[in-house]
Amino acid sequence: MSPRPIPPTSQALRLATTRRGFLVSTGALAATGALAACAPGSSGGSASPGSAPMEVTTDIASLPEQTLVVWDQEVRGGQNEQMERLNAAFMTTYPNITIERNSQSFDDLQTTLRLALTGDDAPDVVEANNSRSTMGQFVAAGQLVALDPWIEAYGWHSSYSPSILSYSSYSEDGRVFGEGRLWGLPQVGESVGIYYSASRLAELGMDLPVTWEDFTEGLRTIKDAGKTPLMLGNVEKWPALHVFGPVQGAHVDPRTIRALGFGNAGASWSTPENLAAAAEIQAWATSGYFNEGFNGVDYDTVWQDFSTGTGVYLIAGSWLAPDLEAVMGEDVRFMLPPKAQGMSTVATTGGTGLPFAITSAAKDKNVAAAYINFITNADAMKALAQTGNVPVNDTASFTTEATSVVNDVMTAFEEVTTSGDVLPYLDYATPTFDQVMGDALQMLLDNRSTPQEFLDSLEAAYTEFTGA
Amino acid sequence: MTAQTTPSATARPPRERRRLSTRRSHVVVSIALLALPVLVYALFMLYPLARVVQLSFYQWDGLSLGTWVGLDNYRTTFTDGRLVGAFVHALVLIVFYAVLPLAIGLVLASLLARSQVRGTGFFRTVVFLPQVIAMVVLAVSWRRIYAPDGLLNSGLRLIGLDALTRSWLGDFDTALIAVGLIGTWVSTGLVTVLLMSGIAGIPKDYYEAAMLDGAGWWRRFWYVTVPGVRAEILVSLTLTVIAALKTFDLVYVTTSGGPGTSTTVPSYEVYNQAFRLGQVGTASSLAVVLTLVIFVINLTINLLGEHER
Repeated sequence: MSPRPIPPTSQALRLATTRRGFLVSTGALAATGALAACAPGSSGGSASPGSAPMEVTTDIASLPEQTLVVWDQEVRGGQNEQMERLNAAFMTTYPNITIERNSQSFDDLQTTLRLALTGDDAPDVVEANNSRSTMGQFVAAGQLVALDPWIEAYGWHSSYSPSILSYSSYSEDGRVFGEGRLWGLPQVGESVGIYYSASRLAELGMDLPVTWEDFTEGLRTIKDAGKTPLMLGNVEKWPALHVFGPVQGAHVDPRTIRALGFGNAGASWSTPENLAAAAEIQAWATSGYFNEGFNGVDYDTVWQDFSTGTGVYLIAGSWLAPDLEAVMGEDVRFMLPPKAQGMSTVATTGGTGLPFAITSAAKDKNVAAAYINFITNADAMKALAQTGNVPVNDTASFTTEATSVVNDVMTAFEEVTTSGDVLPYLDYATPTFDQVMGDALQMLLDNRSTPQEFLDSLEAAYTEFTGA
Repeated sequence: MTAQTTPSATARPPRERRRLSTRRSHVVVSIALLALPVLVYALFMLYPLARVVQLSFYQWDGLSLGTWVGLDNYRTTFTDGRLVGAFVHALVLIVFYAVLPLAIGLVLASLLARSQVRGTGFFRTVVFLPQVIAMVVLAVSWRRIYAPDGLLNSGLRLIGLDALTRSWLGDFDTALIAVGLIGTWVSTGLVTVLLMSGIAGIPKDYYEAAMLDGAGWWRRFWYVTVPGVRAEILVSLTLTVIAALKTFDLVYVTTSGGPGTSTTVPSYEVYNQAFRLGQVGTASSLAVVLTLVIFVINLTINLLGEHER
């Protein structure tokens, strides 16, 4: 941010930029330059990566009085409520532990976590994004502790599905994503799907699409009827990635998408299937299926427009369900992208909320592990559901009989994690991929690049990173 | 000193010696008084600056041990299309932040400062208002104005210019201009108010003399007003050019550097590289180059200003 100073007098300003002032300041600069000598950073955390404490214990009630410092990003209504509830319950259960909570928005946490981890009083438990640019780098730098020693003790391998655990798994050097050791546990699940307005579909005399082909043909029908088929607000660049995810899922096999999305070697963007996906999403844009000027409108404005009557479909993440329901009530519904011809199971972009991880600097790793277990166990899942979040485990058991979009979202998540294919967020792939792909999609949708050029730029970033 | 030759310093008359000793004590006192500000300045400005210069020679993710890479980061800064583009965009923004507001401000100020109309104070306040509001707030409101169904497009439709309507911030051809014009709107207030105070200080007789010589409004403006506010022009150029090159919040809120990379600016890239991508070295080299560019441009402005004196 640029604080605008009170204009100084012209004389003072001129003095500061005279040659003499320049000489004085450069001299001083040279002097201070001599102070800086050693290389920045530390050679890893206080513990070697993945090393377990001497002895794993789940009994923390008998431990001496201590403080557990937790950094999270659960700031929105229901998110904050569940965190406060669970923290209070934890301190009631373990009076010897005091939780010191530091909660910031997602963006703020991304910005400050890096500095905090390397500081002298680093937090014990942090919520770290799964992506290579965050968790991947933390793992490689030895700033986190692997959770493997506690998996058995707390039975996480049975409560969590393997595909969900793979989202916070990295090899010990941080090179391989999606397998290896476990570095964090998420509380909530997410999936990208299609929101629709039941009444607007009925108005056009349309049925719910059963196949991907039905869905895409329906877009033309809506357009011909003079309505906006798809809503997208893409000024932030990342929203289009969530639209491309399901489109890619309809054309490309899940294994390839996983390798590309996790940024592991052995796959390629330059395939006929990816080309078909890129061509399809570009055709949507050039046929005018999206709202006008989508590259210049922000995400929040667009879903709000959708909730107040514009557009028929909105391809977006399940996290919007409570907000949309608040405005549209029973009229808004959510479905997974329908299967295209030749697909045996449903596939869509999705995954988990941010996983909670233990830092290498944590004072007592057993206390940190017990805390993570406490906020992700079966009781915690109940608290999450009560506060309007999508619990990551046993999701369908929390649905009610009522027709509601929140139930749709929970059912969808359960379906895609148990019998379908969860595809990783494509920006996980490399530390810079959110930028590369965001820019490339804006150009593709604006018809400034061909599908082949689009794939070429992604392939270049992917191969450079994987060293293929 | 007097013109007569003195045999030696020891044989100086007593009065002379006393003057020297008071001068010496003056020096001691000034150093003592300066010590604290210099210390604070060194701690909070020079040391961090030196540290950034040091970091720019390392490849560092902000977490593990950095590795020395020499001038690699600088090479990246000058060859990476994205980063070079950011500097080009910053230069374009200088036109919008500094040159345009100066032109508009000069005309506005000369009209306002000499006018005897009531309500000048009110108008001055209105013009200055954008300076007082936080840039983030302005950016959010302008984002709404530029939206496809925003105020600007509604206005165009109202006067039948439907063909011109577009998503101003989402269009590759107009995004940078749209961002720049917000800068123009913000800077104009500051420049106008600065120039008004300058014009108020120009003696009235100059104008009367010029009128007697038969100079019209334009010539009075060009030969009396503009030279009379040279100092204020320098100040406003310095401030607005720095603001243009430092632009961060505006781009961050309105476009995130998009569409594509058509509105990225150096400050935004520094933030992006350091905090989002974990490339602290590249971010530091970019910051060093940006600092030097700001420094050189302002030095040039002020040297030109002094030169013309």
